[in-house]
Amino acid sequence: MTTEYQTFDYDVLVIGAGGAGLRAAIEASANGVRVGVITKSLLGKAHTVMAEGGIAAALGNVDDRDNWKVHFADTMRGGQYLNDWRMAELHAKEAPDRVRELEAWGALFDRTKDGRILQRNFGGHRYPRLAHVGDRTGLEMIRTLQDHGIHLGIDVHMESTVLTLLKDSGRIAGAFGYERERGRFLVFQARAVVLATGGIGRAYQVTSNSWEYTGDGHALAYDAGASLSDMEFVQFHPTGMIWPPSVRGILVTEGVRGEGGVLQNKEGRRFMFDDIPENYRAQTADTEDEGWRYTQGDRNARRPPELLTRDHVARCIVREVREGRGTPHGGVFLDISWIKARMPNADAHIKRKLPSMYHQFKQLADIDITQEPMEVGPTTHYMMGGVRVDADTQMSDVPGLFAAGECAAGLHGANRLGGNSLSDLLVFGKRAGEYAARFAKENATVTLDSSQIDATAREALEPFERNGENPYQVQHDLQRMMQDLVGIVRREDEMERALEELGKLRERARNAGVVGNREYNGGWHTALDLHNLLTVSELITCAAIERKESRGAHFRDDYPQKSEATGTCNIILQRSDSGELNLKREPLRELPSELKQVIEEMK
Amino acid sequence: MPTATFRIWRGQNGKGEFQDYVTEISDGMVVLDAVHRIQAEQANDLAVRWNCKAGKCGSCSAEINGNPRLMCMTRLSSLRLDQAVVLQPMKSFPSIKDLVTDVSWNFRVKKAIKPFKPRRPDAADGTWRMAQEDVDRVQEFRKCIECFLCQDVCHVLREHSLHDHFVGPRLLVYTAALEMHPLDNENRVNELRNGNGIGYCNITKCCTKVCPEGIRITDNAIIPLKERVVDEHFDPLQKLFRILRK
Ligand SMILES: Cc1cc2nc3c(=O)[nH]c(=O)nc-3n(C[C@H](O)[C@H](O)[C@H](O)COP(=O)(O)OP(=O)(O)OC[C@H]3O[C@@H](n4cnc5c(N)ncnc54)[C@H](O)[C@@H]3O)c2cc1C
Ligand code: SF4
Ligand code: SF4
Ligand code: FES
Repeated sequence: MTTEYQTFDYDVLVIGAGGAGLRAAIEASANGVRVGVITKSLLGKAHTVMAEGGIAAALGNVDDRDNWKVHFADTMRGGQYLNDWRMAELHAKEAPDRVRELEAWGALFDRTKDGRILQRNFGGHRYPRLAHVGDRTGLEMIRTLQDHGIHLGIDVHMESTVLTLLKDSGRIAGAFGYERERGRFLVFQARAVVLATGGIGRAYQVTSNSWEYTGDGHALAYDAGASLSDMEFVQFHPTGMIWPPSVRGILVTEGVRGEGGVLQNKEGRRFMFDDIPENYRAQTADTEDEGWRYTQGDRNARRPPELLTRDHVARCIVREVREGRGTPHGGVFLDISWIKARMPNADAHIKRKLPSMYHQFKQLADIDITQEPMEVGPTTHYMMGGVRVDADTQMSDVPGLFAAGECAAGLHGANRLGGNSLSDLLVFGKRAGEYAARFAKENATVTLDSSQIDATAREALEPFERNGENPYQVQHDLQRMMQDLVGIVRREDEMERALEELGKLRERARNAGVVGNREYNGGWHTALDLHNLLTVSELITCAAIERKESRGAHFRDDYPQKSEATGTCNIILQRSDSGELNLKREPLRELPSELKQVIEEMK
Repeated sequence: MPTATFRIWRGQNGKGEFQDYVTEISDGMVVLDAVHRIQAEQANDLAVRWNCKAGKCGSCSAEINGNPRLMCMTRLSSLRLDQAVVLQPMKSFPSIKDLVTDVSWNFRVKKAIKPFKPRRPDAADGTWRMAQEDVDRVQEFRKCIECFLCQDVCHVLREHSLHDHFVGPRLLVYTAALEMHPLDNENRVNELRNGNGIGYCNITKCCTKVCPEGIRITDNAIIPLKERVVDEHFDPLQKLFRILRK
C-alpha cells in the first residue's frame, strides 16, 4: 500500500447518523453484531435535527377514525400511486409502534388533554396525524436516538466522510473514507453496509438543505452498481424564506398552515381556492370558514386548500408570481397573524405552537409573525428518489448493501407527504438494521481489495497537486445551472442543455485545485463532494427527460398532462460495468386486491 | 456594495494569528454568511462548522467580538462595522483549526451519565399518560441544541479548566432533563455531587445569558438540582435537627 490508513472492522457499518442511520445502528446492535457509524458532522447535527413539523403515524389519539389504512391510502394518493405499495403498507402499519418506542426511550411529545401523544394536521393527511414537539420535532427525535444509542456500545466516527464503497466479488465488503480533523484515510471492513446519507439539496441554489446534502449515498450506491429509482422526483417545498437574500431557502414549516396560516397573493386573495385538483376536491373545504374550523379540530370540516400536497401548492405559488401577483421580493404571503380575528390570545398561541418560526423570522428577517405576514416561495427540500431497495429488508441489488431514509426510494412515489419522512426513517431504519445484521451473520467472510483502496486514495489527493480552479466556484455554477434548467418547471430543451453543461462542469471539477493542507480543509472537502453532486445531477436530469408527463413533484411545461405511458412505471437507473448510464422503465408491481380495496374505500 | 472587515483567527492546534479579510456585505447578512463568502473567495481552506444556518443544530458556535454566539444567528446589523469584527474559536475547548474546536469531551462526559430509565407503562398497551404541564418543564431543557456556548462561557471550565471535575452547564441541563422527566426512575444525585461536580457552580448565571435557546439554565436546571443534592445528603441531619428542636 502506498498510503497509510487506519483500519476498522465491523459486522455492520452504518453510513449516516440522522434518524435512519441511528435507528439502523440501534437495531443492528440489538441483534448482537458489532456496529460502526460514520457521519460527516458531529453526532446530533444531521439533517434530522432540522425537521420541524412532526412525525406521521396513525395513532388515532386525536381523531379515532384514523388507522393504518387511511395513512396508507393518503401516502399512495400523495405519491400519485408510483410508490412501492409494500413499503407504504409496512410504513403505515409500523409507524405507530416506532413512535411509541421513542417515548419509551425518553422522547417527550406534546400531549393531548387526556395525557397521550398529541397529533397535528399536515398537508395530504386526512386526519390530525403528526406527533410533534412544537416545531422542533426532529431535534427531539435525533436527541432521543442519540442519547439511547450511546449506551449500546456502538462506535461512532464523527466528522468523517465515506468516499467509496468497497466490494468483494459482487458483494459489499466495506467502505473507504477520511476524517476531517487530520485528513487521514479510514478503511472500514464490513459484512453489511447501511446507507443513510440523506438527500441531494445542495445540487440546487435555493435549498433548505445543509452542506451535507451532496447526494453521497445516491452516488456511492450508483458507483457500486446498485440501481436507483424515481430520481426525477425532487420535492420543492412551497414555503421557504425569500427575504433577506442571505436566508433564502430556509424552511418555513408546513405546521404554520396546519395551525391555520393562509397563503395570499399581493392582492390579498387566497389563491389556493382557485385551483383544487379533482382527486382532492371531495376532501377540500369549500369556504374559508370551513378551512379554519378544520385546523381547529372540527371533525366535520374538510381541510383548507393550503394543506393540499406540496407539489401542487408550490406550483400554485410559482403561477401567482409568474402572472405578476407576487410580493415585492418574488414570493407570496403566508399569514398566521390573521387568526387574531378568530381567537383570543392569538399571539401567545402562535409563539407556543410555532416557537422556532417566531424566532427565525424575528431574528433573521425583523418580522413578527404574530403581527404581520411572512413572504415565502418554493425551496429545494427533499429527494423522493434514491436507492432501489427490497421493501421488507431494505437491501439494494448489491448483496449486503442496504439503504434507508431519504437516500432510499420507494415509499413516497412522486411526492412525499410532510411528516412521512421522520416515520420513514424509523420504520425502515429499524428494518435495515435488522436485516443488515442478519446478512452480516450469514455472510461472515469478506476480504478487502487493497488496490481499489490505493486508487481511491491517490485520486482523493490529486486536488492538492493541481493549481486549478476554485472548487467553490464549480459548486456554485452547478447549483445555479440545476436551479435554472432542471428546477420546478422543466422542459426538454433546457434539460438537454443541462446535460451539456454537466459535461463541462465535470471537466472543470476534474481540474479543481485546493490550497493548504489536509487538516480540516473546507476547500478539499468541497472538491471531493463535486463528484457526487455531478452524479446525482446527471441522474436527476436523465430521469426527468425520460418522464414525458407531469406528475407529482415532476412538472413539465412541454408535457403538462399525465400520461399512461410513464404513469404506470418507475424509471430505473443503473451504471453498467463499463460505466455507462443504463435507463429503463419498469412497470409498477400489481397491487394485491386487499390493498386495492383499501384505496377504493378511502377515495 | 459596502464592505466590512473580519479579523479571523487562523491557525492549528492552538498556534496561529488573526488575519484580516475585507468582504462585501448585503442586506440581512449574518456572520456565517460573511465567513462563507470569505471561505469561497479568499480562503478556501478556512475551517468552520455549520449545518442548518437557522439556529437549530448548534454547530456554528464561535466568539464574535469576544461574545460566545451562533454565527448563523448573529446579524451583521447588530454589530459595529466601522471596526473589524473579531472572530475566534471557543476558548474552553482545544483548538483544531481556525474556528473549529475539539468538543468531543462533551460527548464523552454525556456517555458517563446514567441513561433514561422509565417507570412501568401506565396503560395495558404499553403507553404512558402525562399532562402537558408536567412535560413543559422538561421540554424547556430538551430544546438544547448542544452548541456548547454555555460550556464555553462558564468560568469553571473557561478560566479554571476543571473539565475533569465538573460537567458544565450543558450536561447539568441534560441531567436535569432526565431527573425531572415525568417517567424517569433513576437516581443521579450521588454522581451530581461527586463526579459531576455540581458544587463548583457558584450561580454566576453567565451560562443562562449566552444560551441561544433561552433555556434558564441556572434557575430552572442547576438550582433545583442543587436543592436535590442538599435534600438527599443532608436530610438525615436536618431531620435530627428538627427532632432536637421539638
Ligand atoms: C428544514 C427541514 C425540515 C423538515 N421537516 C420535516 C418534518 O417536519 N417531518 C418530516 O417527516 N420530515 C421533515 N424533513 C425531512 C427530514 O428531516 C429528512 O428527510 C430526514 O431527516 C432525513 O433523515 P436521514 O436519516 O435520511 O438523513 P440525515 O438526517 O440527513 O442524515 C444523513 C447522515 O448521513 C451522513 N452522511 C452523508 N453523506 C455521508 C458520507 N459520504 N460519509 C459519511 N456520512 C455521510 C451525514 O453526515 C448525516 O449524519 C425536513 C427537512 C428539512 C431540511
Ligand atoms: S451559573 Fe454555574 S454553570 Fe452557569 S456559568 Fe455560572 S458557574 Fe458556570
Ligand atoms: S444549554 Fe443552551 S447554551 Fe448550553 S449547549 Fe444547550 S443550547 Fe447551547
Ligand atoms: S448552523 Fe446550525 S446553529 Fe448555526
